[in-house]
Amino acid sequence: MSIVDVALHVLVTLVAPPLLLGVINKTKAAFAGRVGPPLLQAYFDLARLFRKGSVFSATTTWVFRAGPIVALVAAAFAAMIVPYGARGAALSFAGDMILFAYLFALGRFFTVAAALDTGSAFEGMGGAREATFSVLAEPALFLGMMVLVRLTGSSSLATMLGGGLGGLWARSGASLVMVVASLLVVLLVECSRIPFDDPNTHLELTMIHEVMVLDHSGPLFGAVLYGAAIKLFVLGALVVRLALPIDTGVAVYDWGLFAAGMLGLAVAIGVTESVMARLRMRQIPSLLVGACLLSAFGIVLLAR
Amino acid sequence: MTELLVWLAIALTAASGLLGAPFARGTATAQRAPVWSMVAGSAAGLAAGVRVLVGSALRVAHPWPVPGGALSLRVDPLAAMFLIQIFLIAALGSIYGLGYWRDDEHGGTGRKLRAFYGLVTAGMALLVVAGNAVLFLVGWEVMALSAFFLVSTEDEEPAVRAAGLVYLVATRLGTLCLFAYFAVLRSINGSFELRAPELAAADPRATALFVLALVGFGLKAGAMPLHVWLPGAHANAPSHVSALMSGVLIKMGIYGLARFLTWFPAPPAWWGAVILGAGAVSGVLGVVFALAQHDLKRLLAYHSVENIGIILLGLGVGLLGRAYGDEAIFALGDGGALLHVCNHGLFKALRFLGAGSVVHATGTREIDVLGGLSRRMPYTAGGFVAGAVAICGLPPLNGFVSELLIYLALVRACSHAASGLFAAGAVGAPTLAMIGALAVACFVKVIGVAFLGEPRSERAARAHESGPAMLAPMAVLVGCCAAIGLVPQLFAPVLDAALTAFARPASAGGVVRALSSPSSPSSPSSPSSPSALSSLSALAPLSTLSVVSFALVLALAAGLAWARRVRAVAPAPVPTWDCGYAAPSARMQYTSSSFAATLVDLFSSVLRPTRHAPSVRGPFPSPTALRTHVPEVVLDHAVTPSFRLVARGLVWFRWVQRGAIQLYVLYVLAALVVALLVWR
Repeated sequence: MSIVDVALHVLVTLVAPPLLLGVINKTKAAFAGRVGPPLLQAYFDLARLFRKGSVFSATTTWVFRAGPIVALVAAAFAAMIVPYGARGAALSFAGDMILFAYLFALGRFFTVAAALDTGSAFEGMGGAREATFSVLAEPALFLGMMVLVRLTGSSSLATMLGGGLGGLWARSGASLVMVVASLLVVLLVECSRIPFDDPNTHLELTMIHEVMVLDHSGPLFGAVLYGAAIKLFVLGALVVRLALPIDTGVAVYDWGLFAAGMLGLAVAIGVTESVMARLRMRQIPSLLVGACLLSAFGIVLLAR
Repeated sequence: MTELLVWLAIALTAASGLLGAPFARGTATAQRAPVWSMVAGSAAGLAAGVRVLVGSALRVAHPWPVPGGALSLRVDPLAAMFLIQIFLIAALGSIYGLGYWRDDEHGGTGRKLRAFYGLVTAGMALLVVAGNAVLFLVGWEVMALSAFFLVSTEDEEPAVRAAGLVYLVATRLGTLCLFAYFAVLRSINGSFELRAPELAAADPRATALFVLALVGFGLKAGAMPLHVWLPGAHANAPSHVSALMSGVLIKMGIYGLARFLTWFPAPPAWWGAVILGAGAVSGVLGVVFALAQHDLKRLLAYHSVENIGIILLGLGVGLLGRAYGDEAIFALGDGGALLHVCNHGLFKALRFLGAGSVVHATGTREIDVLGGLSRRMPYTAGGFVAGAVAICGLPPLNGFVSELLIYLALVRACSHAASGLFAAGAVGAPTLAMIGALAVACFVKVIGVAFLGEPRSERAARAHESGPAMLAPMAVLVGCCAAIGLVPQLFAPVLDAALTAFARPASAGGVVRALSSPSSPSSPSSPSSPSALSSLSALAPLSTLSVVSFALVLALAAGLAWARRVRAVAPAPVPTWDCGYAAPSARMQYTSSSFAATLVDLFSSVLRPTRHAPSVRGPFPSPTALRTHVPEVVLDHAVTPSFRLVARGLVWFRWVQRGAIQLYVLYVLAALVVALLVWR
């Protein structure tokens, strides 16, 4: 991977994520027959939030401030490990997929702790849900990863999602289809999208992620939104690379393909959010268990 | 020199309780003298351990009048690793005890506590360095019985007595298995000297050894379902004793398993599979039970079960790797397990010391009446958060390093050609991921409910920070966790040395020829030579990880500094917004039961939670309360009923129980004479 690719990787990680939110919202607006907010609305929001002041609750401590920061930093580090399209990752070593998963766990740990730091029942509720659903999402993620490990013999994301992916599709496409579906479910639940959570809801009792950050304001809330956008981008990149295993060999085409894939994913999420209703809270564990089972089928297929 | 240090360490720690005896009860000297002795003895023990790690192993034998071999000591790198851990945590705990269990607060129990604290340390050190089964059992029994007296320090309380009794029964059963184990071993080796047995292929005695070791050492380690003694004992002992027991004492079971199972160069695959299975069950159920607890120390105790599960996962996949002839899996799995033993010792001691500070400051172990402690005890809270990050296996602290090694072993297993290894990896890695996510949920719950938010009771509101004698040991432990997390490559050579030490076959000739399972007919079964072990730093990206960890710490520090500036320029704090609700009270906060409710529901078929939910009727119902409780399922639903059944069946045998100790000694003598007559 050339130095240009590394620089581009970092730059794309820092700049591109909020755009996905814009695309999702435009798609939803189109479905609803509205004009919708501008494509760059998320950037405007971030700029405004980072210029604002913050209000802090008297109950909170340093843990409250650590929540958004740790989540943002962890997501940014995880982004370095994920290959963007065919161009590889900025950082890769044996076992980096484990670091990838555990970085998100680190972010979750402090996000939930920050929610509990406010002493608000609503935020406790959101925190409990986040922690609970991740218990089922993590095995789904790892089962999917194990399929790739089995196929490639590597535990580094850059190799697992590297050049040989096209051949793997030809050989074990059935398993990979299940992994893609399972990872898509993990993506939707980890990034709090419909059908698991509605980022636009206005009823705190039913929210997961948004309710955990009710008390964050100003720059810290900006960090929350930015971190969430990066997380969506990173997990999205994982799914897109897996679903689009095409290597053109030309940098420009590879990046273009990756960009198209990400935009396509954003549109797909927007469509999902437009045509589906949110699941009832009780049904979420069943769907996550379903995702685990799907990946488990994928891995059993490889046992031949 | 090393031998002298070892004996000095054992003598000074064993006698530490006596040193306080000449001084008047309750004086500062009477409390400090044993601690100085413990610290001096521990320093000698640490020096001995370090000398072995950087120099050469110690192996000596002296004649002694006890039948069954020589007074032999063996301190190889594996034993040295455990020695260092024992003495580090024992010394820190005894310093902590100065502030935590002061004689003016705890009356007459302090003297007894210090005496047995020293003895338990000496017993553990003795069993680790023993090169002879008799010496090993002496150390084991000194440790096990002293621990009983430590657990029942506050024996005026019924709960403490009950926990002590359960512990005593469990440890006696374990010792019984060990007696049988060493008897079988002697029948093979012809001597009580500890060395690898030379067994023919498919010898049933190898299976007997495996089962006896698994039950005997598994009982001490607290692997599910042999963990029944553990929650009660850890919860009811004084906190620095819990730290020592949970951090080090239960690891003696792991030491036994590592020492006495891995000396078979080619263990049957099903051994590894059984250990792996036990690890998976202990890991998941341990943390699930932990999630359901309301008692801070009971919760931590169940977490020990979980961590023993993680260690067994590593040991199990390592053994499997060896069974299929893949030494890299063995090195990663067992190396990760050993590092996790060490890591768990550090952070579990840290957690228990932190919990002790909370108990000391508030007088309660009930999580649901706490809250807001991080404002009142900031240093304790900081240590607790660091310990939680470490124990959840999150980067950049030490828990991540050992879990990474175990994951790497599982990943390697998953991509291995042999279907047994593939299955182990495919099941093991997602299980470990699930354990990790559950641990995050559990520790976020503890921190959020006990340390964050508003105090839920007067007690929590009046809490105070602990003194330096209690804070300093915690600071040392945090430092150790950070060191292993940030520069793991420095510790890899130690693990390599420990692995080669206990993996070397005593003789290349007779080995357990296993691999008879039909699924793997073609696996390579050549006995591995020690040189086949590759170094861990070559197998795992520890140096890269170190760089990433440092970068992560720097980025986090920068981010937190920025957030601090945001806080500094913010207007005066206001109440929590709470969606506009005007009068939130501390009682409206999420409690530990409500936080865990969904997860407890998910696992309710195992946990069998009981709910006391009075029905609310009429327009003006009277005040009422909802209570949920998760019992110790295995103890209450399996062990106690079956023991009761056995007791009922053996009523006729009661006549031998006269309650006179002389009579019991007579029984022992008679049994000995009969045994000599029969077997000589």
